[in-house]
Amino acid sequence: MNQALSAHLPALQVIVPLLAAPLCFLLRRPSLAWPFAFVVTLCTFAAAIALFNQTADGTVLSYHMGGWEPPWGIEYRIDRLSSLVLLLVSGMAAIAMLYAGASVAEEVPRDRQILFYTAFLLCLAGLLGMTITGDAFNLFVFLEISSLSTYILISFGRDRRALTSAFQYLIMGTIGATMLLIGIGFIYMMTGTLNMADLAERLPPVYETKTVRAAFAFIVIGLSIKLALFPLHIWLPNAYSFAPSVLTVFLAGTATKVALYALIRFVYTIFGGDFAFGQVPLQYILLSMAVLAVFSGSLYAVFQASVKHALAYSSIAQIGYMVIGVGLFTVAGMSAGLLHLFNHAIMKGCLFMAVGCVYLRYHSVSIETFKGLGRTMPWTMAAFVIGGLGLIGMPLTSGFVSKWYLVLAALDHGWGGFVLIATIMGGSLLAVAYVWRIVEAAYFQDPENDENVEAPLSLLVPTWILALATIYFGIDTHLPVNAATGAALDLLGGTQ
Amino acid sequence: MTTVLGLYNYWIVIALMMIGFYVVIAASNLIKKIIGLNIFQTSVFILYISIGMREGGAAPILKEGVEVYANPLPHVLILTAIVVGVATTALGLSLIVRIKEAYGSIEEDDIAEKDGSL
Repeated sequence: MNQALSAHLPALQVIVPLLAAPLCFLLRRPSLAWPFAFVVTLCTFAAAIALFNQTADGTVLSYHMGGWEPPWGIEYRIDRLSSLVLLLVSGMAAIAMLYAGASVAEEVPRDRQILFYTAFLLCLAGLLGMTITGDAFNLFVFLEISSLSTYILISFGRDRRALTSAFQYLIMGTIGATMLLIGIGFIYMMTGTLNMADLAERLPPVYETKTVRAAFAFIVIGLSIKLALFPLHIWLPNAYSFAPSVLTVFLAGTATKVALYALIRFVYTIFGGDFAFGQVPLQYILLSMAVLAVFSGSLYAVFQASVKHALAYSSIAQIGYMVIGVGLFTVAGMSAGLLHLFNHAIMKGCLFMAVGCVYLRYHSVSIETFKGLGRTMPWTMAAFVIGGLGLIGMPLTSGFVSKWYLVLAALDHGWGGFVLIATIMGGSLLAVAYVWRIVEAAYFQDPENDENVEAPLSLLVPTWILALATIYFGIDTHLPVNAATGAALDLLGGTQ
Repeated sequence: MTTVLGLYNYWIVIALMMIGFYVVIAASNLIKKIIGLNIFQTSVFILYISIGMREGGAAPILKEGVEVYANPLPHVLILTAIVVGVATTALGLSLIVRIKEAYGSIEEDDIAEKDGSL
């Protein structure tokens, strides 16, 4: 029994949340929906931990869906990169669900709560499926599953602007996904296969054709929209800001991360780094967009009146850091990028959770609301400060570790590397500015009302788990660094 | 068959794609945007169906005396994408219904005006 279970673990990882979603809808009792969804996310987290352990030594698991041999059937393929992302996505889902209980009860009308949890589980299934699949078209299908449920989830926001943000994201997201579909069609046209490993073998002979180059352009642009890479980021700030708090936590920690994962898969595994960086000038494009993303995102963040908007713009900047790592085309750069992907998800999750606590009490996230919160919501603001220090990149927080690795990786790149280092430093200085504005309001201004309105324990516990994780991964960097380096070695070959 | 005229289906794809894309960008009415998005997606459906074609191939149904078949796989793939397209349209339209309820308008300019600066 146990063996049969572990043999089908890759399928269960996706199927459990996928089947749980309609079951959740059939429950019909809002009070049951939350415990049910929470247990499901815990199960997927457990499955992801098991897969992570199985692949930690570099083993590649290949699961043939329905017993059909690849390249004919759909293959699920788990290597060190996908297991790291699986771990992150399912872990963030579990912790967001822990937070959801009290938060959703407050923010979503009771008769819609079941729909919220159903869509959440679908979104989780889509994101996990994108990560685990070894089939290019299957990736598109899972991308659409996660995107469609994300649009629904955003529209649950209380503000009516949630509707227009969801609509804007729907338009942009669909254009991005359709471009990905066009690109996949083109590579299928040239190779006759959709399996990623098979594509990687069959693409090199046709590298020179215009079709493959066009496919590459479509795929990179399509995924850059989903990834919110500057200047294709305009859907992100409003979508994050007007979504319910839980969803913002989950999206910030996973959606753009999985899109970045998909970009890495296509660029490094399918097309191959030699094509992407040798024959196509991807490096210049990615790095210059990333540098612009860091500066513009951080600058916008400084001037936002809403804290959620400021953090959303900061996410755009942080995506820039990750793309710098990915675009360097070295093992050091890739592992720094992946490390930042992991660390940023945790600290941004912590920050958005703290903001969600404030929203629960005051129904507003404007910077005015934060006045004096250091006194009235001490635990919430302490967690916020830890997350903020992580964004800045203070030593002893995880943000420092990933920026440190990023700077080391950029050092090998001559004069261009200095521009990148200047960008990382400049972005960190701007992060000081936008985090300080909020901290200053919270600790150095007087509250309107001195009453203690600390958030309930059910919200503080998940917030502090992530806050402590931010510190823990800043001190004991063993787990993420090993996983990220291993994944980078798998992608780029070579030895440590 | 590789002349400009022989590839006419691809020209249709490109024309539809550009029309759809233009409508999505230029239209300020939300319903028109969704229709533009639909045209954009439809062009991709035709692209996929076109690439399954083989010269002189019959429809992919087993039949005696027929040796060359069109490739059915792209057709199956695009069936999935059509479903996705329908779901997207349905979701987009239902969002528009709720936007209309909340704002009383489905014109982008009106909505932006009502929200101040968005």
